[in-house]
Amino acid sequence: MISIKSINKSYGAVMALNNINIEVSKGEIFGLIGPDGAGKTTLIRILTTLLLPDTGSAQVMNKDVVNDFRALRREFGYMPGRFSLYEDLTVSENLELFASIFGTTIEENYYLIEDIYKQIEPFKDRRAGKLSGGMKQKLALSCAMIHKPEVIFLDEPTTGVDPVSRKEFWQMLKKLKGYGITIFVSTPYMDEASLCDRIALIQDGHIMSIDTPNKIVSQFDGKLYAIISDKKHGLLKDLREFPSARSVFLFGSHIHYTDKNEELRKAELTDYLKLRGHDKIEILEILPVIEDCFLALMGNLKDAAHV
Amino acid sequence: MSNEFSIEVHELTKKFGDFTAVNEISFNTKKGEIFGFLGANGAGKSTAMKMLCGLLSPTGGMAKVAGFDIYKEREKVKSRIGYMSQKFSLYQDLTARENIRFYAGIYGMPDKEIKLKTSELLDRLHLHDFADVQIHSLPLGWKQKLAFSVAVFHNPEIVFLDEPTGGVDPVTRREFWEMITQTAQAGTTIFVTTHYMDEAEYCDRISIMVDGRIEALGSPEELKRNFGARSMDEVFIQLARPTADKIG
Amino acid sequence: MKRFQAFVKKEFHHITRDWRTLIILIGMPIIQIMLFGFAITNEIKDAKIAILDHAQDEHSTVLINKILSTDYFQLEKYLADDSEIESIFKKGKVKEVIIFESGFGEKLEKEKKANMQIIADASDPNTATMLLNYTQAIIVNYQANINLSKKLPFSINIQSEMFYNNELKGVYLFVPGLIAIILMLVSAMMTSISITKEKELGTMEILLATPMKPVIIIVAKVVPYLMLSFINSVIILLLGYFVFGVPVHGSLVLLLLEMILFILTVLSLGIFISTATSSQQVALMASLMGLMLPTILLSGFLFPVENMPLPLQIISNIVPAKWFIIIIKGIMLKGVGLSVIWKETLILMGFMAFFILLSIKKFKPRLA
Repeated sequence: MISIKSINKSYGAVMALNNINIEVSKGEIFGLIGPDGAGKTTLIRILTTLLLPDTGSAQVMNKDVVNDFRALRREFGYMPGRFSLYEDLTVSENLELFASIFGTTIEENYYLIEDIYKQIEPFKDRRAGKLSGGMKQKLALSCAMIHKPEVIFLDEPTTGVDPVSRKEFWQMLKKLKGYGITIFVSTPYMDEASLCDRIALIQDGHIMSIDTPNKIVSQFDGKLYAIISDKKHGLLKDLREFPSARSVFLFGSHIHYTDKNEELRKAELTDYLKLRGHDKIEILEILPVIEDCFLALMGNLKDAAHV
Repeated sequence: MSNEFSIEVHELTKKFGDFTAVNEISFNTKKGEIFGFLGANGAGKSTAMKMLCGLLSPTGGMAKVAGFDIYKEREKVKSRIGYMSQKFSLYQDLTARENIRFYAGIYGMPDKEIKLKTSELLDRLHLHDFADVQIHSLPLGWKQKLAFSVAVFHNPEIVFLDEPTGGVDPVTRREFWEMITQTAQAGTTIFVTTHYMDEAEYCDRISIMVDGRIEALGSPEELKRNFGARSMDEVFIQLARPTADKIG
Repeated sequence: MKRFQAFVKKEFHHITRDWRTLIILIGMPIIQIMLFGFAITNEIKDAKIAILDHAQDEHSTVLINKILSTDYFQLEKYLADDSEIESIFKKGKVKEVIIFESGFGEKLEKEKKANMQIIADASDPNTATMLLNYTQAIIVNYQANINLSKKLPFSINIQSEMFYNNELKGVYLFVPGLIAIILMLVSAMMTSISITKEKELGTMEILLATPMKPVIIIVAKVVPYLMLSFINSVIILLLGYFVFGVPVHGSLVLLLLEMILFILTVLSLGIFISTATSSQQVALMASLMGLMLPTILLSGFLFPVENMPLPLQIISNIVPAKWFIIIIKGIMLKGVGLSVIWKETLILMGFMAFFILLSIKKFKPRLA
């Protein structure tokens, strides 16, 4: 459905995308996961024919994003990172406008957007600029879906949105997947990775890993421990100073820790922490989440850059 | 300050016409506390924050920030606080040094102190080599760390952070929170909003706003216990779910 | 076609919902024409003048009485000699000095020809022109009266002089110039701003990612502004005619067609600006500095082109408004037809074609 081969793109001296290769098959939810400035928007803009790659090529639905761009623009749906609808038009006027751009009507494909649109329909005569963040998203998604595209590109649809609205948004995406629609979505939120079928972790224009979320997690190098003690603030520093510590990261209420040795000598670490005044020490081996993998991969990327 | 509270809020209310954006909220923050201010989009967080920063007049209730009344002593309030948001923080076309100089100047710091502290700050952030390039060419993570440093440069009693880590990479996000923790340990109260629920765990206490009211207030552990939840994410969703789609 | 209609509808929504801008766009021409109109046609009353009468004979005395008997002039002082002229002007006490040569009456009787001089303070050029015209009118009238009873006509040779601004020319013909400026403002500036606005808000990004043809997007944008500009010009014409009596001697149909041609020309200019800029602010500055100033200064609206230094005269040729003002003055005031103004019309068409081609060439179907 989407095929990206050796794409490079620079802005001046900044390498925004560095040899990107991705294949996405039909009906997949593919997540492009990385922080701001990693190159997510640039890649999505290349796929939506809005930017030209420096080198490399990409096909969406077997159409080349450079040469067949006119034909391709009929096919896909696109929801840019910034809310890009007309704020001075009402909800229904925006939707009608996009329906007529694609030569269709709201009624024709209503079934596709019904679940999403009916939540904002009570406000259909309200100007889009007066909607809340969550509702703007729903409208933007409705507009991107109105022509029944087989593939949609969503650039950071959940950025700046609270966790509840985010959850609802992902439920809508699952529903669209049910109609066989291929979804290419980018996000800076690592916890959304598990909602995708496959993901690419991107940082500084490099794809650090690309696979199903489970496989990426299983490739985590070494054992991961969650550590907690009664002295929350000092723990981070003390763990870092532990001689065999490899990585130490704050992680919500716990600290995630990996050791240089294959097997962590728990007793040794407990004694060390007690010596530094900690009490109620808990050390638990846990399964990593995507964010752990991302942190580890970022470390590798940095090491590689220094060599 | 005569008492231990850096922010005291009692039944603070803001109405826009017949819409109540902030509905009789009350809380106190202690000196050096990291206070997480959570809520869904449109729950009234930014309105409340604007009132506390002296940018918006309340329609009811009372609030003191750094010991000053937000009705009568707005200018004093403003001189005792720092502010940083994801959207606006630094002038992109000024260099790091110029930005520091500018903000320090606003708060009337003496030149000598500015020079000394600027050098210290650049050391701490490893920014010496980039001190004289325009901000827009720096990576986002650096910018946000610099913006935070600038916001606390004049040693405010309270610093307000509005989604300071949005879109920042996981490593920098953690470095950022270490800076926050250090600043708090030095006695500055941190008042922070975020959509990352793991960051809520780093706060000493959290309030969750729903439809203009504070529906939950306490330490992360207390809240999780009270709501029988394993993570802050669950707490948040339990609270905010039924009304998440209100407009604000 | 349905797409096009949908887009035109959208543009009308944008314009009508931004009612503050709309009020300015409709109100501005009215206010401007009123300001210009009244500033220029304001009746002069009791302007202070001084008289230096070297002749002091019958003719000069009668003429002086005639001049002073009107409401326009009031005598400040009789001057004794030429040296006082400069100083009385410098003090700002009088607006005009009238000088009769010695032996004015005698010369008029014997040589049938006499000289007088009118000097006006042209630091306020409009008033100065008006005073001069009134004075001249009175003198010509006097001359005509006395000639009725004489077999051989007398002639009074009037030498008029402007102090402080001797390049002054009449600005009566402000209506054509004003139409040019208003159209420039509404058509060029508003289209360029409205297109760059879509770039700035990100809506252009989403439109580019659809099968919508850029030509349709832009043409749809132009339609409402074409109508708005046309309405504005008609308002100005009507106000000019009914309030200030500015006539339309030529064909009204031709006039309206030429106005539409000019509107289209500046619209294409506005589109060109928008393809070359990416923010509303830059578009605004480009329109103001690049279009408004040349239009005001070089089009012949305020300053006659033939009095400019040669380089500026050459530059003025690339100001579309210059040609439009020639056309519209020709039709309105001289009543000429297309046979006289075909060249200027062709030039405007050339401008339009040029800017459209340039815009098409510059328009990028992608973001960067």
